Amino acid sequence: MTRIPPAALFGLFFTSLYFLMAILAPWIAPYSMTEIVGDVWEPWSADHWIGTDNIGRDLLSRMIYGGRTTIFIATAATMISFTTGSILGFTAAVIGGWVDQVMSRFVDLIMSIPTLIFALVVLSVMPVTLTILILVMGLLDATRVYRLARAVAVDINVMDFVEAAKLRGEGRVWIIFREILPNALSPLVAEMGLRFIFAVLFVSTLSFLGLGVQPPNADWGGIVKENKDGIIYGIAAALVPAVAIATLAISVNLVADWVLNRTTSLKGGRG
Amino acid sequence: MSDALLKVRDLKIGARVYPPGEKPRDIDIVHGVSFDLEKGKVLGLIGESGAGKSTIGLATMAYGRGGVEITGGEVWVNGREILGTSLKDLRQLRGTEVTYVSQSAAASFNPAKKIMEQVIEASIHASKFSKKDAEARAIDLFTRLGLPDPETIGDRYPHQVSGGQLQRCMTALALCPEPDLVVFDEPTTALDVTTQIDVLMAIKKAIRDTGVAALYITHDLAVVAQVSDEIMVLRMGDMVEHGTTDQIINAPKEEYTSDLVSVRSRKHEGKPPSDNPVLTIEHVTARYKGTNFDVLHDVSMELHAGQTLAVVGESGSGKSTTARVMTGLLPAREGQIVFEDRTLSADLKGRARDDLREIQMIYQMADVAMNPRQTVGTIIGRPLEFYFGMRGAEKHKRIDELLDDIEMGAEFKDRYPAELSGGQKQRVCIARALAAKPKVIICDEVTSALDPLVAEDILKLLHNLQKREQVAYLFITHDLATVRAIADSIAVMYQGRVVRYGTKAEVLSPPFDDYTDLLLSSVPEMRLGWLEEVVEHRKMESAGN
Repeated sequence: MTRIPPAALFGLFFTSLYFLMAILAPWIAPYSMTEIVGDVWEPWSADHWIGTDNIGRDLLSRMIYGGRTTIFIATAATMISFTTGSILGFTAAVIGGWVDQVMSRFVDLIMSIPTLIFALVVLSVMPVTLTILILVMGLLDATRVYRLARAVAVDINVMDFVEAAKLRGEGRVWIIFREILPNALSPLVAEMGLRFIFAVLFVSTLSFLGLGVQPPNADWGGIVKENKDGIIYGIAAALVPAVAIATLAISVNLVADWVLNRTTSLKGGRG
Repeated sequence: MSDALLKVRDLKIGARVYPPGEKPRDIDIVHGVSFDLEKGKVLGLIGESGAGKSTIGLATMAYGRGGVEITGGEVWVNGREILGTSLKDLRQLRGTEVTYVSQSAAASFNPAKKIMEQVIEASIHASKFSKKDAEARAIDLFTRLGLPDPETIGDRYPHQVSGGQLQRCMTALALCPEPDLVVFDEPTTALDVTTQIDVLMAIKKAIRDTGVAALYITHDLAVVAQVSDEIMVLRMGDMVEHGTTDQIINAPKEEYTSDLVSVRSRKHEGKPPSDNPVLTIEHVTARYKGTNFDVLHDVSMELHAGQTLAVVGESGSGKSTTARVMTGLLPAREGQIVFEDRTLSADLKGRARDDLREIQMIYQMADVAMNPRQTVGTIIGRPLEFYFGMRGAEKHKRIDELLDDIEMGAEFKDRYPAELSGGQKQRVCIARALAAKPKVIICDEVTSALDPLVAEDILKLLHNLQKREQVAYLFITHDLATVRAIADSIAVMYQGRVVRYGTKAEVLSPPFDDYTDLLLSSVPEMRLGWLEEVVEHRKMESAGN
């Protein structure tokens, strides 16, 4: 194995740090998420490492639990968008004809509506539960994945080895999963990092606007919202989740870049 | 020696390679090649791919393609050493003193500019001629190169002329600034045989008329024999042999050279067809989806067990389309395809798995015919699983046998296609086709992307496998030398029709129809003076008509 470049190491470190925090939240958080343990907006101290929030809850605990929610929602939404988007995209490319036309035009239709507005409308008429939030985000994002997957698959679908598989009489499932998918993986993996980040930003935006994760549950967007008034008094509590969102976004991207580079060099591409 | 136009001394060229998963390292592409070229002479550089021909050609302009670096030696042009001179001096040299004709004119011309503008660009840039003189010179060259409408052809855009014409325009471009040396880099390789001959003659005449010296790079010894005074044989960056054309062709000293000379001389006795063909296509007409004209008209042919039917013709004649109709990838509009005694569905989707198994296909480009993410074992093993339901040890035993059949060992099972050479890739494709135990294999230009000696081995392998398995081949090719070496029957196709069909002896003996005559006489033969003979013969024929 070749040496891991420093940028990727940085990305790997923060990505795994956040994911570990999310997974181990109940064991590492010093306090419960909802318990009021001190005064409003206490400064950093030995008891409360990064202070308390707008009603006196331990900010570190809320950050850890909030990260768990944010990362869980983003991961689940990304999984949904990738499974539906890529399978539908590959299917459209392999079948072609009117099936492809109908699906692609439908996707165009959805994409012509700004995603945030669309989500706001849907979420304001539906009850805001975790499941619905994840489904809405996943399906909206699937349109983007669909476009990429279809474009990549259309190129691969005309290669001789796919034709050879068709001549052999292989079914669509084999062609999609064994011939096309392995060759489409590296652009999709790179895209996955990007889409995960968009999901994090998206759920944070929704929570900030009050349509995402509902209090008292914490998530990073929600924590920004709760503590934003503190900024006027020079209290930095709102910046902590903002910085967390930013570092997560950057580090996941660095990891995705590195993965893309490594997989392309397998095929004799750039080193 | 002092009056030589081009002197190359101990030229060494290296490049940096980036093997996947390893550290970049430097390799030598050319190890110390020396030669002289006098004014008005043509030196042919010949060798397989990777021999360093083009790299040496470009080095005479002190140029190395991306990542390639001239690491040692001297190159003298017109008495001055050009390696290490400033870019400004090189600019004077390139495009005016030394010019270059590339393999693909279509990719080298700027599609947004008219031909004339590009032909005279270098001359004007170097202030060698005024615009008017340069244009007059270009028109003169167009005439001498035998281009139609020489006065106005320069006003056309590159896409408005044919491939052969564009290649001649490129020769005009190279000759326009009155260079001392022209490097021809495979100028006819991308052309059909029938077009190649015109371009070759035009190039030869232009070289003779202008007295320019030329380096002629090609992998085809028969072609280079027609235009060169001397030939240098290269292999993996080393000079193998250097001599006059006559000596190289008629009395090669090195074994490698004599292999190259004799590669096309393999003979094959055609067998007469049996009574019941294994696959027949009858009066097939076909067109592509979304078009309104037929690409195949009333095509009929028969394939017999253990025999080879060669389908020949130039590009666009419908050879590959015929194969697509047979396999059902392009359903025929009319006519039928009969396998043994049952009629096959025109469409691929309507055929039973066993019918699909009986007709296998081998492609021209082996590297895109295999999934780059599957190992050789998976590639060969899949038809075994798919058609015969083989699993585990049984499957692996059969894969080993098949690898043995294609003269490769079981150790290749875990390799990926990217880790194989061109010839090995094609062998794996052959094994994949054989794995299905088919009665018919369609070979679509299977040797045309390979070096001559490798292609020869593939043909031998195909021949031996046919003898053993009694499989019928439909062999699509544009190369008549290959046809002579392997075919039992021949179908000549032209513009979607079969213009001549029969056993090899029938098709290859006179009287010929016009097209077959043109096609047969266009195949370069490995002897001196062949080009002149053909052109003379054609002149007399057209005079006779």
